[in-house]
Amino acid sequence: MRSNRLRFYTQSLAKILIWIAALSTIAVMILILFQILAEGLPILRLSFFLESPKSMGREGGILTTIIGTIALTVVAIIVATPLGVGTAIFLREYTRESQVSRIIRFGTDCLAGVPSIIFGLFGFVFFVIFLNMGWSILSGGLTLAAMILPTIICTTEEAIKTIPYSYREVSYSLGGTKWQTVTRAILPSALPGIFTGIILSVGRSIGETAAIILTAGSSLVMPNSLFSPIRTMAVHFYILAREGISMEMAYGTGAALILLVLFINTIANWLLNRYIRHRS
Amino acid sequence: MYQENKVVIHEFNFYYDSVQALKDIELNIRPNEIFAIFGPARSGKTTLLKSLNRLTDLIFGARHTGTIFLDGKDIYDPKLGHTQLRRRVGIVFDLPTPLPMSIFENVAYGPKLSGKNRKYLNGIVEKALRSAALWEEVKDRLQTSALRLSGGQQQRLCIARVVALEPEVLLLDEPCSGLDPISTTSIEETLVQLKKEYTIVLVPHNIQQASRVADRAGFFLNGELIEEGPVYQIFAKPRKKQTEDYITGRFG
Amino acid sequence: MKLEIKEKFIEKTLLLIAFSSILILALIASFIFGEGLPFIWKIGAIDFLFGERWVPSHGEFGILPMIVGSFLVTFGALLLGIPLGLACAVFLCEWTPPQAAMVLRPAIQLLAAIPSVIYGFWGLVVLVPLVRNYLGGPGLSIFSGSVILGFMILPTIISISEDSLRALPPSYKAGGLALGATHWQTIWRVLVPAAKSGIVASVILGMGRAIGETMAMIMILGNAVKMPSSFLDSARTLTTNIGIEMGYASGDHRQALFATGVILFFIIMILNSSAIVLSRRRGS
Repeated sequence: MRSNRLRFYTQSLAKILIWIAALSTIAVMILILFQILAEGLPILRLSFFLESPKSMGREGGILTTIIGTIALTVVAIIVATPLGVGTAIFLREYTRESQVSRIIRFGTDCLAGVPSIIFGLFGFVFFVIFLNMGWSILSGGLTLAAMILPTIICTTEEAIKTIPYSYREVSYSLGGTKWQTVTRAILPSALPGIFTGIILSVGRSIGETAAIILTAGSSLVMPNSLFSPIRTMAVHFYILAREGISMEMAYGTGAALILLVLFINTIANWLLNRYIRHRS
Repeated sequence: MYQENKVVIHEFNFYYDSVQALKDIELNIRPNEIFAIFGPARSGKTTLLKSLNRLTDLIFGARHTGTIFLDGKDIYDPKLGHTQLRRRVGIVFDLPTPLPMSIFENVAYGPKLSGKNRKYLNGIVEKALRSAALWEEVKDRLQTSALRLSGGQQQRLCIARVVALEPEVLLLDEPCSGLDPISTTSIEETLVQLKKEYTIVLVPHNIQQASRVADRAGFFLNGELIEEGPVYQIFAKPRKKQTEDYITGRFG
Repeated sequence: MKLEIKEKFIEKTLLLIAFSSILILALIASFIFGEGLPFIWKIGAIDFLFGERWVPSHGEFGILPMIVGSFLVTFGALLLGIPLGLACAVFLCEWTPPQAAMVLRPAIQLLAAIPSVIYGFWGLVVLVPLVRNYLGGPGLSIFSGSVILGFMILPTIISISEDSLRALPPSYKAGGLALGATHWQTIWRVLVPAAKSGIVASVILGMGRAIGETMAMIMILGNAVKMPSSFLDSARTLTTNIGIEMGYASGDHRQALFATGVILFFIIMILNSSAIVLSRRRGS
């Protein structure tokens, strides 16, 4: 019957097309990573990591950018974690679904959708100019904190959600106050989830560029305080590539960046899997 | 000389939003007795139990009218405070609920919350575990996780946890449900021992348990206290027909 | 009593902390609007939004070329991203054994975590020359941008669409097959339409990500300021406009860039709000 054969051919055609689409997508993605790693890995000698950039990055290594990346990430995590965990605790333990909680969630969801260039504009006009912090680790770190806040809130909430109600009931029934229950019965169990959220945020911070150029500057000089301007690895990579300063160095920085991000995300995933398996 | 009642429940009504769970409960619990609250499911037994230490405060939409007195004082008096109350009236739930910590930390949890000095903790934990008849089995592994204990041991751990606070009243909601007969017997024996120091309100797993362990009992049906009295009387010669029907198994 | 006061204090503090995201959002809006809105007011919204010439040194600030650029690049990215993304989502859901899926899904998350500057770099050194040699034009073009952007939003579309497909009750698929439909027909006519709201949400989120992308686009689009007339032309988007010139802009010029940010902010807020509303409705 012709219609049956047509259906069969459509089915086969669709299946083939989808297989091609899926496999080629995966192939292209892997290709992108391989290309950069292939050209860049040879450059990753120990000296690359331990020397500062010389002559605008044409020679030397990426030491100051590594320090810049670490400094910015640390500031962001230190600021965002208490705010994020506190918000999640409030939403889960101190309030029920109400106008207040809906407003807070709306704010968090919106914040999560703001593109990084807007954060960059904001950080520039607020931290660099209005608060007079200048292009600095502090300006960049605080801007970054605002960017990772929604992630920390979300993952902490998810972690708290998985904690059985009985822990709370037991703690209250033994004469615990709300805060005692939160700090002794809930948070300790939620820590792995919170930690995973932090690691994911670190991964994101490392790749962030647009917001950081506008707030932390792009200085290659070794920083000596929180108010020093600094260049991160991602920014360095961008500048090397766009200004055409040194393709070789660019490949090297890019490879280092990819490896770092892959490493961090793999750890986060591994932690998350262990955590989920531990719970069930 | 008639002793003062430990707990007095007076004209107590309880509502979950608009549903009434307890109707006009009048009940006295005497000191150092085991009082069993029995009846079919959904009669309000757990609700009454949890009202006695204000655990019902945690439930959104819970309201009550009437009063509950502990040693003559209204437990809902703001000056008393629910944290204080819960240290005097402890509860053990129907499922073992060990916290994800070591055995020692579980038992020490309550005393630590109330600010007990660290140096007393060892003594407190040992005494509580002995009261719960668990000390001999775990004394060598106090730092291991409580989650590794068997169901019966975990439940005895929960009893120890509560007893560590040295409360005055113990509330037990079907403490032996899901446990094997040996653990059940051991817990029932523990309860009889504990009676010497505490007043116990128990929701028994079945009538047989109530008659084994309790001194007096109250039959609850659909949120009302139908009748109460000494165990030998209420199970042998109940005054109300509903009680008799339930005891003889005409409905469950 | 002292304990009660301490507890109340902690509760109030946590309430304040919880409002930090709202506070930040309000700060962002007020400062960006504060810098940008007066400028739009000054030169007139019509001239700003529909002006075709962006020549800051002459005081000409029309962002229509950038709006068109953003639109075209996003459109192109969706053209690539939606079919490929849906295909991968269906592939993951229907034709991969669970073990392979367990490897593939974290792999997709990993790809989502790759910084955009890496994608931009690859586009610059590999794709752009290819386009220049085989399709003509400068290579730095909307076409190249769309391809790269399409790949960048793939993980978003794939993971959310796949979640939606997986969340469907198995009875849908069983029902479709029982009615005599082939596997493909069941997918195309039963499952995909049923997962529609999730898929649409994923597309909207992908769109939001596409419109907000800056670094990769700066590296690939070529940044010509005139109105693009073909996919092989260089162009600018709203984001690249800001990203390129913010470093050295001052006075009116800088305000114009903030004004561009205002427009961008509006567009993104509308997109994200619709995605939020859609996913809330799906959840309930």
